Amino acid sequence: MTNHRIAGKGRVDHGRPVHFTFNGTRYEGFQGDTLASALLANGVHLVGRSFKYHRPRGILAAGSEEPNALVGVTHGPGRFEPNTRATVLEISQGLSTNSQNHWPSLKRDIGAVNDAAYMLFSAGFYYKTFMWPKSFWNKVYEPFIRGAAGLGVSPTQPDPDTYASRHVHCDVLVVGAGPAGIAAALSAGRSGAKVILLDEQAEFGGSLLSETDASIDGRSGWDWLTMAMTELAALDNVTLLPRTTAIGYYHQNFVGLCQRLTDHLADVPQGTPRERMWKVRAAQVVLAQGAIERPLVFHGNDRPGVMLAGAARTYLNRYGVKVGQSALVVTTHDSAWLAAFDLAKAEGKVVAIVDLRPNISSHLRAKADSLGIEVLAGWTVTGTSGRLRIKSARVRPADPTAGGARTIACDVLMMSGGWTPSVHLFSHTKGKLNWHEEEQAFLPGEHAEASRTVGAGNGSFGLAKALAEGAEAGADAASDAGYNGRSAQYMVTDETELTGIRVRELPTDQNPGKAKAFVDFQNDVTAKDIRLAVREGFKSIEHVKRYTTNGMATDQGKTSNINGLAIAADAVGAPVPAVGLTTFRPPYTPTTFGAFAGYNRGRLFEVTRKTPIDGWAEAKGAAFEPVSLWRRAWYFPQAGEDMHAAVARECAAVRASVGIFDASTLGKIEIVGPDAAEFMNRMYTNPWTKLAPGRCRYGLLLGEDGFIRDDGVIGRMAPDRFHVTTTTGGAARVLNMMEDYLQTEWPDLKVWLTSTTEQWAVIALQGPNARRLLEPLVEGIDLSDDAFPHMAVAEGHICGVPTRLFRVSFTGERGYEVNVPARYGRAIWEKLFADGQAYGITPYGTETMHVLRAEKGYIIVGQDTDGTLTPDDAALGWAIGKAKPDFVGKRSLTRPDMLKKDRKQLVGLLTDDPMMVLEEGAQIVFDPNQPIPMKMVGHVTSAYWSASLNRSIAFGVVEGGHSRMGETIYIPMPDRTLSAKITGMVFVDPENSRLNA
Amino acid sequence: MLLIHCPYCNAERPEVEFAYAGEAHIARPTDPSQLDDDQWRDHLYIRSNPRGLHYERWRHIHGCGRFFNAARDTLSDKFVTTYKASLPRPQIVQSEDTP
Ligand SMILES: [Zn+2]
Repeated sequence: MTNHRIAGKGRVDHGRPVHFTFNGTRYEGFQGDTLASALLANGVHLVGRSFKYHRPRGILAAGSEEPNALVGVTHGPGRFEPNTRATVLEISQGLSTNSQNHWPSLKRDIGAVNDAAYMLFSAGFYYKTFMWPKSFWNKVYEPFIRGAAGLGVSPTQPDPDTYASRHVHCDVLVVGAGPAGIAAALSAGRSGAKVILLDEQAEFGGSLLSETDASIDGRSGWDWLTMAMTELAALDNVTLLPRTTAIGYYHQNFVGLCQRLTDHLADVPQGTPRERMWKVRAAQVVLAQGAIERPLVFHGNDRPGVMLAGAARTYLNRYGVKVGQSALVVTTHDSAWLAAFDLAKAEGKVVAIVDLRPNISSHLRAKADSLGIEVLAGWTVTGTSGRLRIKSARVRPADPTAGGARTIACDVLMMSGGWTPSVHLFSHTKGKLNWHEEEQAFLPGEHAEASRTVGAGNGSFGLAKALAEGAEAGADAASDAGYNGRSAQYMVTDETELTGIRVRELPTDQNPGKAKAFVDFQNDVTAKDIRLAVREGFKSIEHVKRYTTNGMATDQGKTSNINGLAIAADAVGAPVPAVGLTTFRPPYTPTTFGAFAGYNRGRLFEVTRKTPIDGWAEAKGAAFEPVSLWRRAWYFPQAGEDMHAAVARECAAVRASVGIFDASTLGKIEIVGPDAAEFMNRMYTNPWTKLAPGRCRYGLLLGEDGFIRDDGVIGRMAPDRFHVTTTTGGAARVLNMMEDYLQTEWPDLKVWLTSTTEQWAVIALQGPNARRLLEPLVEGIDLSDDAFPHMAVAEGHICGVPTRLFRVSFTGERGYEVNVPARYGRAIWEKLFADGQAYGITPYGTETMHVLRAEKGYIIVGQDTDGTLTPDDAALGWAIGKAKPDFVGKRSLTRPDMLKKDRKQLVGLLTDDPMMVLEEGAQIVFDPNQPIPMKMVGHVTSAYWSASLNRSIAFGVVEGGHSRMGETIYIPMPDRTLSAKITGMVFVDPENSRLNA
Repeated sequence: MLLIHCPYCNAERPEVEFAYAGEAHIARPTDPSQLDDDQWRDHLYIRSNPRGLHYERWRHIHGCGRFFNAARDTLSDKFVTTYKASLPRPQIVQSEDTP
């Protein structure tokens, strides 16, 4: 073991060594160490290179606010995670870690040339550098930015871990288990309220773990903590969640918690999820998130070895690690003095305390004297030296007129600019933050939710205040949740009252234009960048932030926001609140996608709807395609066939004999009631009053804006009953729209709507032999053309099963759609397929269905329409009941825009080269020789190879297309320009003679 | 995630059970043909889009299926009240800090 660890000190288990690697070197730490504490125990400060300038960086903090020490972690095969903060990563046996953002090595990094080319990367460098010339964007700038940007390296393999999620309700949720949170949980827990207490760290205790001088009720802080946690653990109504981060605070006390379950384990029990997302609905919330120490802003404040004084104190007291052999303390706040005293008492060397404040309280001075620490009050630090680790700092009196600069050798610089209350979760709720001039901090004002903020997060610094406020809030929260909450009194002794001042950059006698005084360590933003942004006209912190990227890194500016804001306010010459505070957004700390996805991945990501016949298609080797949530048989390839060959064969079979098609996905709505016909008249464009029972009609549905929303064949089963079909993807939308009108506009109509999509299996038989196949199996329906003509519907039986039989065609051939209760779908399909062998029956999929319907000029709503086509645009004007006084969308059809002659209209397109199948979505122009950017006048909506015609066919929308029959339009493609003639949309059998063939 | 009170179920349920359905109290004219082009345009497209109290429609789509109305503050997202579709717009006195 190295001499950085103090034997027996801290809360790590000195009896349980843990071995891990960092950049290939094997190190030893103890059970209970974070990667950061273990590296520091081994004297390793240099842990990474910065994002923009590739400057060597060390460990700044001891918690989740860490901006520098981001590492790549390998937990095992496929378990690589970049950008993990070394300060929160618990080490486990065999853990493998690596530093980031450098090549070829951490100590010698080529990218550090960025540091020399500082001007190129100053504030707004993206905006200034990559503006011109435009042609450079694709080839030069974008690859450069992509190469330079991004922290670490993305994992390359699918995540092998599982992630869990859980919903839970509680009475009092306490976020943060420092003294304030624990006191709150005790008060609330003792009342019997259901309490959840969580903390992002592995161990509960917060500042009690690091700050060890004060006593509670006559016990040491650690003894009190043990007692308190023992009591809480014994309460059945209290749930304790360590390693759990409250990532977001949403409406009505809905809080997202991400619990890390396995990352700290060397051996993960089989089947254990890596993380669990808790979705908590709490009656009351107590926020006890504490405070984050502010760095000081001075030239060279980012050198490895420069760290927050509070972090150094944590490493000492909690982990038993001396962060250096000779420490220089630089501060504007009393708390750093306590860190210095603890280090000196542990026989660490503190070379000096540099405090910007000329007047230091006498008891601190006396203590420093007694420990033999030199005090430089009213002094500042103006720079540091050392390439990969701080070697010295230059200090001088803050008074610019005074002389006497000194260089002080040190291997660690402990700094403190005071403390920033963590108001992130409070801010998520849109709670109002108030600027407190005295504290120099934004503190929670009025709460927008049923919540309370306590302790340092509320600006109530110190152990006594934290305990008192926490105990009170826990009791009040329990009472508000309906319990009899009672507060408790805690007697705190030996606590030092702490004060401090907040400054912007530390005063310096050096040229500030050359200073690299970092504000945002992770995004490499300096004080100079922020002042430059203000000089260039950015006055609001939201703009300064985006221009400089201050606070926009993965740490969300936990250590940089307030310093950046103070500097910006100074540069603007306005008070801090006038410049504003940027909005904090969830998640509080970076959160894995896995935790958000939870169980909803792979097969469970989205429902796959399957028809009763799906299994048959799968067994037959069908290729499938997704259509909304359904998976549909796309085509049925035979041995050696590609899609093109299969579709050509299927098409030919339908037109020559008979094809069988699973149309079960069609949306179906049963519309029933005395006013059913009136309701249909109002909803659809077509007239329904005179449609006789037993007959069908093509129905067209518009939105109130006059644009086509849906279509489908509708059968009238009885005077008061319609069997409506919709597009496959439109069923739920159409039913919602119908319910909307029925419930809110026409509640007087006696009509009931029922979704029957999944009640019916639908088998389409299409082709000249369809009737011959069907007739022997059907009972109770006369299938003769006189009795059962095209667009007839009847109820009867097929193979003894009740059926609604439709005589409809979406192919242009004689066609029937056999509706049977879904549970009989597979059996009837198999029977039809077996008997159909006599006719060479051919199963076909959606692709053949699309080709056949296109050959006949039938549109598909949603493919050939896009929400901007009127019935006239789609050549469906014939489907409008002209005599009807009103229907949904009717009034819009006469709006001036709807009557324009140059509207995009749906037409047929025949390519001049018959072998060329157009690309769906391709843009259309009238003049192919016009300069780029060309005026686009439409696009191709459907395009297929037609086996019947032995040529390509297409539909497209073209401006004024209906009056341009026979004209040639052009389709510019990347490699050539294609041409096509505008035609009508019916390519096959315009006389419809085949419907009765 | 918001909790929404369905006035038909008389129960508070999570937002995922509901679907938003636009501004409330915009009745479809009894005879749209009587409206001139501008009036019809306003009926179709012009909405109040207030900063603050907004009367709007929701549907308990994964519950009872009923459309109902709500008064909601667009600044805080919070629901002030919900009420059945047939009821008139309730009079709500806004607090001082709500514009
Ligand atoms: Zn309901």
